[in-house]
Amino acid sequence: MRPAAVSSRLYVERDSLVHRLPAQCKLLAVFGFVLAVVSTPREQFWAFGVYAGLLAAVALAATVPAPTIARRALVETPFIAFAALLPFMVPGEQVRLLGVGLSQPGLLGAWNILAKATLGVVAAVLLAATTRPEALVAGLARLRLPSLVVQILSLMVRYLDVVVAEQARMRIARESRGFVARDVRQLGVLTRSAAALFVRSYERGERVHLAMLSRGYAGAMPAPHSPRPEAPQWLISMTVPAAAGAVAVLAWAVS
Amino acid sequence: MHVPDGFLDAPTSVAAGAIAVAGLALCLRRARAELDERAAPLAGLVAAFVFAAQMLNFPVVAGTSGHLLGGALAAIVVGPWTGAVCVAVVLLVQSLLFADGGLTALGVNIVDMSLVTVLVGYLLFRGLALLLPRSPASVVGASFVAAAVSVPVASLAFVGFYAVGGTTDVPLGTVVPAVLGVHVLIGIGEGLITALVVGSVLTVRPDLVHGAHSLLPAVRLEPAAVT
Repeated sequence: MRPAAVSSRLYVERDSLVHRLPAQCKLLAVFGFVLAVVSTPREQFWAFGVYAGLLAAVALAATVPAPTIARRALVETPFIAFAALLPFMVPGEQVRLLGVGLSQPGLLGAWNILAKATLGVVAAVLLAATTRPEALVAGLARLRLPSLVVQILSLMVRYLDVVVAEQARMRIARESRGFVARDVRQLGVLTRSAAALFVRSYERGERVHLAMLSRGYAGAMPAPHSPRPEAPQWLISMTVPAAAGAVAVLAWAVS
Repeated sequence: MHVPDGFLDAPTSVAAGAIAVAGLALCLRRARAELDERAAPLAGLVAAFVFAAQMLNFPVVAGTSGHLLGGALAAIVVGPWTGAVCVAVVLLVQSLLFADGGLTALGVNIVDMSLVTVLVGYLLFRGLALLLPRSPASVVGASFVAAAVSVPVASLAFVGFYAVGGTTDVPLGTVVPAVLGVHVLIGIGEGLITALVVGSVLTVRPDLVHGAHSLLPAVRLEPAAVT
């Protein structure tokens, strides 16, 4: 059974240096880090070891437990399956491993995707584990995301749990009437549920809009309260992407 | 399936990001006109719905299941501009909060799953709606085709990015049939689910289906007889 609150499951409540950093600093740091990872030549295996070490240091500083990170990193499973096929699909020089012919460029390609995707996923998991969703939205607003997008985003994040919980209630209602989705013949019931969920979400949107109007909404929300980050906070946040950038440059230089 | 980090090289990812930003800027401007100041609450709730709908698993055959992607559905029910913005916001949330789809691949994911899906889906839907007789059945049929075609076309957009900046050396001759084959199947499921959902919404709240507005009888206001 899935707990109702989707977004609050992501945040790991702690009081650490990483948790206290402003969201906009962490957003830029993660983006810079991932960009450095993606642009590193794949043959420089050591560089990816350093990147993993950087992430491990952040996880340690944030005291986010490793099993939590591992569990959440499972979203990339479909791509692991894809990467596993590459050694068989890519033409090129063959190496024999346990009697099976594998292509060398295919192995490198699989390594490239696995290493970079995993580093990207773990970085994003750490961001979500140390930053509340509302703080992330406020951070994006600070990074000059257009105000309409910020409003849509913040309302989506705010009502995500409500809509998902509504869906869970509909599922319980279906199941308590003996419904089991076995094959395509049950599609009609599920799509009618989805349609009902859409109508309810839309009508809730209309009600929310009226409620906002009655509280004086005129197209703009009051700016979310987030203090301007101080220089030391920027400095701390930027150490990880700066280190990653240096590693990427070094990896290019020696390759 | 969302593209993770490392699948495409950095220049391609950055270029895709630029295309996504430009496309979304246009969509945002038009979405404001589509929804006026209701834009934020309605689009926010529709985005939350798209997110929830993607969590709903539909059984296909024993054991396997698929889920809705929702690009074409969003375009048909709330209009193409708002629909594209909603799907892009969903992709942003999935990438930032759920680590589903790489941050550097966000541009590619938005171009494929928001811009291309919505553009193709909506154009096909409008085209068919113009050709077919005006009836709810036509709207449902057009929804099926629009959603079913939008998915493989979006996958071709991804193959385009892959051809420009893919990091693996699988030859295009292998990639195209594999990707297209899988996505034609996914597309049929998407079309079926989209058509059924649109049909159900059409029976309860036909006014909520943006693409069926031409079907509704025009409201005539007449002065009430004063007695």
